[in-house]
Amino acid sequence: MSESAIPQQPQRNPLSRLWNDKEARSVIIQIFAFSCIFAFFFFMVRNAMYNLEAIGKDISLDFLWQPSSYDISQSLIEYNSRSTHFRAMIVGILNTLLVAVSGIILATVIGFLLGVFRLSKNFLINKLAYVYIEYVRNVPVLLHILLVHGLIVHTLPLPKNAVNVADAGFLTNRGFFMPKPSMEPMFWLVIVLFVLGIVFTLWFRRYAKRVQDATGRHYPVFWICTAAIVGIPALAFLVTGMPLAWEIPELKGFNFRGGMVIRPEFIALWLALSLYTAAFIGEIVRAGITAVNWGQTEAAFALGISRNRTLNLVVIPQALRIIVPPLTSQYLNLTKNSSLAIAIGYMDIVATIGGISLNQTGREMECMTIVLMLYLTFSLLISAFMNWYNQRIKLVER
Amino acid sequence: MKLTKTTALAAAISLTALTAQAGTLDDVQARGELNCVVTTGLAGFAAPDENGRWEGFDVDFCRAVAAAVLGDPEKVKFVPTTGKTRFTILNSGEGDILFRNTTETMSRDADLKLTFLPVNYYDGQGFLIRKDLGIDSAKDLDGASVCIQTGTTTELNLADFFRVNNISYEPVTIETNEEGIANYTANRCDVYTTDASGLASTRAALEDPSAHKILPEIISKEPLAGAVRQGDDQWADIGKWVVNAIISAEELGVTQANVAELAAAATNNPSINRMLGTEGNMGEMVGLDAQWAVRAITAIGNYGETFDRHIGPDTPIALERGLNAQWNNGGILYAAPIR
Repeated sequence: MSESAIPQQPQRNPLSRLWNDKEARSVIIQIFAFSCIFAFFFFMVRNAMYNLEAIGKDISLDFLWQPSSYDISQSLIEYNSRSTHFRAMIVGILNTLLVAVSGIILATVIGFLLGVFRLSKNFLINKLAYVYIEYVRNVPVLLHILLVHGLIVHTLPLPKNAVNVADAGFLTNRGFFMPKPSMEPMFWLVIVLFVLGIVFTLWFRRYAKRVQDATGRHYPVFWICTAAIVGIPALAFLVTGMPLAWEIPELKGFNFRGGMVIRPEFIALWLALSLYTAAFIGEIVRAGITAVNWGQTEAAFALGISRNRTLNLVVIPQALRIIVPPLTSQYLNLTKNSSLAIAIGYMDIVATIGGISLNQTGREMECMTIVLMLYLTFSLLISAFMNWYNQRIKLVER
Repeated sequence: MKLTKTTALAAAISLTALTAQAGTLDDVQARGELNCVVTTGLAGFAAPDENGRWEGFDVDFCRAVAAAVLGDPEKVKFVPTTGKTRFTILNSGEGDILFRNTTETMSRDADLKLTFLPVNYYDGQGFLIRKDLGIDSAKDLDGASVCIQTGTTTELNLADFFRVNNISYEPVTIETNEEGIANYTANRCDVYTTDASGLASTRAALEDPSAHKILPEIISKEPLAGAVRQGDDQWADIGKWVVNAIISAEELGVTQANVAELAAAATNNPSINRMLGTEGNMGEMVGLDAQWAVRAITAIGNYGETFDRHIGPDTPIALERGLNAQWNNGGILYAAPIR
């Protein structure tokens, strides 16, 4: 085609020509967008600095090393009111991690069950799971937390009327009290055997796979591994005469003393977060399994592969690829939602360093930055782990 | 790399470009409304009544300041805050002045950059407990579960008290007074602790107040005072002298009923004349007019009147004057003279 074939364009100024060029336009828009974002953050930071300057406040983390002067009801490490704010922060971090990790585990278990129930051909199970999921995920999680906490605190009895479980455990509205084990020397044998069992399992699974690849011989891997991890240590435990001493909680004055206690605040937060997130996980699991073409199952059956092995070797590996990425978001949500703990007085990060410490020292900027950084770190760690897992289970093409 | 350099440069420039801050008095008068930081709800001190109108002892001081500064006690916007958010709200400029049963302490004064007004209620931390538990002293509370409001000096006093007396407790830390009461009534904790005045208010709001009692021990000094941001001396002076005027009015016998009459012409008491502007012009010194105190007293009456109206013996809160009586009447309420 020759130049003359194109109708003569009216001469435009160079700016509009630049704008009409697709490449240049996209660069211009990106530069503009970036400048806006930069200007926004620049303004925010400058504004904060200006205002802190105006009231004469500096930014310093020295307060972290001063005594916190407050008590915390649930602490996984040694802590008292003479400990530093830094230690209070660690207590908060551990409490957050505790509820996040136990929440993720429980939510995953319940979620997978719900997903499977939703696919069940049994009308009752199917509809029950359906109603549960629709109810739970359409009510804000904060209400679930308050509801569970309210139920525990209002319905369970006071310590003096505690529900007695075999004279060892006690259910009260101040918490669930149970015996605390303390190890006697021989117990180390059990621990050593347990660790050895895990090491053996790791080795044995590879060995069994090698044997199967080479000879087609199939070991009952699951049962052998269970025996190694659980059976042998349990046997050792019995043979050495159960080398554990139990400290039984006792009612003294207002409350039970001794033993271990799980506070209602932890239980409420843990259950509420798990039950709530499980509803979402259930739908993700259902979607993942449904997404694997039924033809694959039929093909597996046609090859004479049993129902269980079809599920384990054909359906689940493919479903996981669909399930894991959205599952990661749910884990992140659960972790972040745990910051609602303050509503019922569970002492997590927000309640300790982002709450009482902030208030007693007046270091809003520093404390909120620390809290922000901590949540960011947790979320990135969970993402990194789940990405690694996703990488591991992705389709291996041969 | 380039980005970080640019950011650093920009931040450096911004630091040098600081401008001066306008006076709070001008801001408030230009706005025509006083933003007063109060509690989210503590009967007798600051709580909305059934018509949604804020009422209470702290609220009255807000209205007195609004009357002095703006000429109208109704031109107040109340900013309800939790123990946690109150200072941030004040310091960020969302509130102009704070009357929120707040204890004056050195670290708040110096480190949180506040300026405290004269104390308007002398308080101390106590314990509220069910009578049927048969406890008569706070020292018998070993092992008890204690409900406590976060963001207050009370959680520090509590830790110190139990530590010094070598007894243990389980803190149940909640965010607001309402949640504290909810946990206490659900028996989640044996004891509720806060300032004795707050306990009286809380107890009055319980279903059966007679089933609960306040233990005799007062474990701390809690001088409750209003506060403003540090750095605006004129505004701090206004707050300070409005509170002093309300307290002085009681001492001088000026009441809501007789203030108009006393302010009409000079009396034979120069102290009253100076306060009510019939002699000299004290208001001018803090950027107001001569009638500032007249308006404040007209709005809420003197200290004794607002006390009796909201928290005194004839109210459900039923607090005695105690320490809060005038200095010449057995208390420690002692306002600096207006002269």
